[in-house]
Amino acid sequence: MSTILHPIMGFVLAYWQQQVIKLAAILVAIPVGGLLLGYVFLMKMMAHMQSRLGPMEPGGFHGWFQNIGDAVKFIQKEDIIPAQADKWVFSLAPYVVVMSTFLLYLVIPVGPDLVVSNLSVGVFYALAVGSIGVLGVLMAGWSSANKYSLMGSLRAAGQLIAYELPLVLAVIGVVIQSGTMSMQGIVTAQQKFHIFGLNLGGMPFIVTQFPLFIIFMIAAQAELTQPPFDMPVAESELVTGYMTEYSGFRFLSFFLGEMGSAFALSAIAATLFLGGWYLPMPQSWINNNFADYIGPVILLTKVMFMAFLIFWIRFTYPRFREDQLQAIAWKYLIPISLLWIMVTAILKVAF
Amino acid sequence: MSDFLRSYLSVAFLAAAAMALVGGTLGLSRLIRPKRPTIEKLTVYESGVDPVGTGWSQSQIRYYIFALLFVMFDVEAVFLFPWALRLEAFGAFGLVEMGVFVVILLVGLFYAWRKGVLRWV
Repeated sequence: MSTILHPIMGFVLAYWQQQVIKLAAILVAIPVGGLLLGYVFLMKMMAHMQSRLGPMEPGGFHGWFQNIGDAVKFIQKEDIIPAQADKWVFSLAPYVVVMSTFLLYLVIPVGPDLVVSNLSVGVFYALAVGSIGVLGVLMAGWSSANKYSLMGSLRAAGQLIAYELPLVLAVIGVVIQSGTMSMQGIVTAQQKFHIFGLNLGGMPFIVTQFPLFIIFMIAAQAELTQPPFDMPVAESELVTGYMTEYSGFRFLSFFLGEMGSAFALSAIAATLFLGGWYLPMPQSWINNNFADYIGPVILLTKVMFMAFLIFWIRFTYPRFREDQLQAIAWKYLIPISLLWIMVTAILKVAF
Repeated sequence: MSDFLRSYLSVAFLAAAAMALVGGTLGLSRLIRPKRPTIEKLTVYESGVDPVGTGWSQSQIRYYIFALLFVMFDVEAVFLFPWALRLEAFGAFGLVEMGVFVVILLVGLFYAWRKGVLRWV
């Protein structure tokens, strides 16, 4: 951990030098990752799937300029804070939402040595900081002094407490199987994992944890308030809910938080269930740091696949009703995930 | 400083980076954005008509029972994590103990279900 980069570049970096490099990488990765998801899926895929012609025009080739133009537009727009609003809380809320997204990236490993901080409680930490974003949403909705915003943020709170549980329970199955909560440890466990004596150089946990994988993806969809779980921001009912009164860059920062969290949750799902930066590869590649170069590419491929699943469902299904939302979480996802946890535990003890 | 504390120092660094990103971009946009507030702009949006009463009006929160259930099951999840980590060491004993715990909680969930708590009222 402390000797990151030295086998590649031939010298040891001091602690603070490492921190500066890692922070610079994160500061580039999150806006670029958000732009990437926004460009590939939100614009191009939606344009193809729903016959939307606008995003294919700006800039000439396939509308490559659309997202950059949107960002520039939002930055130069007037910043309106309603006279009735609670101004201090109103302007603090976007910071809280973006902070929650940033903290998620702390534990995501992109290579054998490439992780900001390999906490021993990795997944647990990610689940904990991921739910800080709800506080930002509640702050935004309450401080706007707008009835739509208040309803939107209350809906968001109800939805996020209902789907926090399936998300946590789906992770427990993976923790049982790997015996560790560290994200690097989970990747290492998938390198060594094999069933029926079939040793293929590691196997992803999706093979044995498929029900929990489905539950994790459904819960992630709800946590990200993507359709069909978009009741908190329902445009046609609540005028984008808790974001109604926000304009300019403050509005864009909620969007950045949403896309950044979608990227991070896809990366966590890819790490837990698909093996993260690992593919079956010779052990020498890991030992001589070659995996540090190809790891990010492998992880990015898996992340784009997971994000594709999320956005595919988003563009396909209509919105649920609020009571259907609670019923899905409490009557189906939680009992099924508890049952599968017990099945995993029995198999783990038996073998 | 120990390695353990250092690995958590990165949390503070990342939080500061997030603040810097949002604050920096807001500062940048302050330089180039217009500022011409009018009374109409500063009223809250309510379908285009003048807002009725205050925004902080009373509304019925229908899912406070769900919040109570959530607290119960979240505590359960916190208990499940350390057990899941040490399952190999505990073996069949830990399995049976946690099986009893999970079954009791599931019975509680089904009891709430039968009582109509999970119905939208």
